[in-house]
Amino acid sequence: MTKEEILDILQQIKDPEIPNLSVIELGMIRDVELSAPNAVIVRFTPTYSGCPATTLIKMEILQRLKEAGVEHIEIVEQLSPPWTTESFSPQALEKLRQAGIAPPHPHHKRGEDPPALGIPCPYCESTDTKLLSAFGTTACKALYQCTTCGQPFDYFKCH
Amino acid sequence: MSRTFDTSSPTTTSTDEAKIHYLFQLADNALIMGQRLCEWTGVAPELEIDLALCNIALDHLGQANAWYEYLVEIYPQATDVDQLAFCRDEHQYYNITLVELPNGDFAQTIAKMALFSIFNYYLHDALRQCSDARIAAIAARSYKEIQYHRRYASNWLLRLGDGTDISHERMQKALDIVWDHAFEAFTPSPADHIMHQQGIAPDLEQIKALWEDEVHQLLHKATLSIPDTGFTGYRAKSDGVHTEHMGYLLAEMQYMQRRYPNLQW
Ligand SMILES: [Zn+2]
Repeated sequence: MTKEEILDILQQIKDPEIPNLSVIELGMIRDVELSAPNAVIVRFTPTYSGCPATTLIKMEILQRLKEAGVEHIEIVEQLSPPWTTESFSPQALEKLRQAGIAPPHPHHKRGEDPPALGIPCPYCESTDTKLLSAFGTTACKALYQCTTCGQPFDYFKCH
Repeated sequence: MSRTFDTSSPTTTSTDEAKIHYLFQLADNALIMGQRLCEWTGVAPELEIDLALCNIALDHLGQANAWYEYLVEIYPQATDVDQLAFCRDEHQYYNITLVELPNGDFAQTIAKMALFSIFNYYLHDALRQCSDARIAAIAARSYKEIQYHRRYASNWLLRLGDGTDISHERMQKALDIVWDHAFEAFTPSPADHIMHQQGIAPDLEQIKALWEDEVHQLLHKATLSIPDTGFTGYRAKSDGVHTEHMGYLLAEMQYMQRRYPNLQW
């Protein structure tokens, strides 16, 4: 098994809360090492402290790699440097939009309140939108509504 | 595997013991704050507040988990995270009494959260630059979340304080109730003291100065008055001596692990 094959398998594992983004695209995989022909070390960084998806994602990594014939799998949690939304690739930002989630906005400073107005609607691109709640369906998101098309949507806060 | 936690409370004579006690202070603050906030689930004044308080609770539980995981690695008496969270007795928890106070009305919850998260913000800002790499890594991630907690609580405190006559009165009353308990955070425990000497924990006098500066400005903006500091001798953090509220909180939080030891789901 090569490193590329391992990465291909990990690319199939999606975040249950953002089903079109893989753990690689989300920046949760720091590195993959083949320590022996059939042994893999996955360096994994969790996102939010309380992210309920973390346990599920780790289980899926173990299961998928085992199914692919890897005998020894070690998932090493690597906290430093901490995960950040700045590591999203341009493709990942586009996929977030496709999932109906507005990506982190450059004018939103990390730790500050999400802007009250103007986060572009992922459905119709209108910027006539308003913040409904600084905490949305999960801790990492805020809830907005688009005034143009009426659609409520999640916004991925800068982290 | 032992599911009880029948060791004597960690004393703070050596550096290792001080570090263990210090990690319990951090972990227990997060766990008990999270447990209290969870009590709002389904009964908050508005749906948006419900979502926010649950999410903030979850952040705290995740942070507690990270500190307990570290403890499991370095504390010989620890077997796993659940044992540490759910199988200790009251006097073995080292959170400050502020976080165990009842939620009260929404104003009281906001008063607790504002005073705690502003302290937590400066504490974690210092810890994320400390010489213990693991503490620094956990603090760095937690810090980003605490920034949002501090914002959230400060905004509500401002809105309620500088709101209607009734909201102002209730916000002031809430502050008066919880105020003294916040100062336990700045009274150094033996562990705080030793960890500071080791270059890990910050000087609590400095944290207190930053906290007072920010809290006084916030209260001024919110047209609230600074309560008189009365009793500042709470000793849960150093000695595990809690308020009468802690026992009830633990009875509920520990019920499952006590009734069904080793329960997993
Ligand atoms: Zn729209």
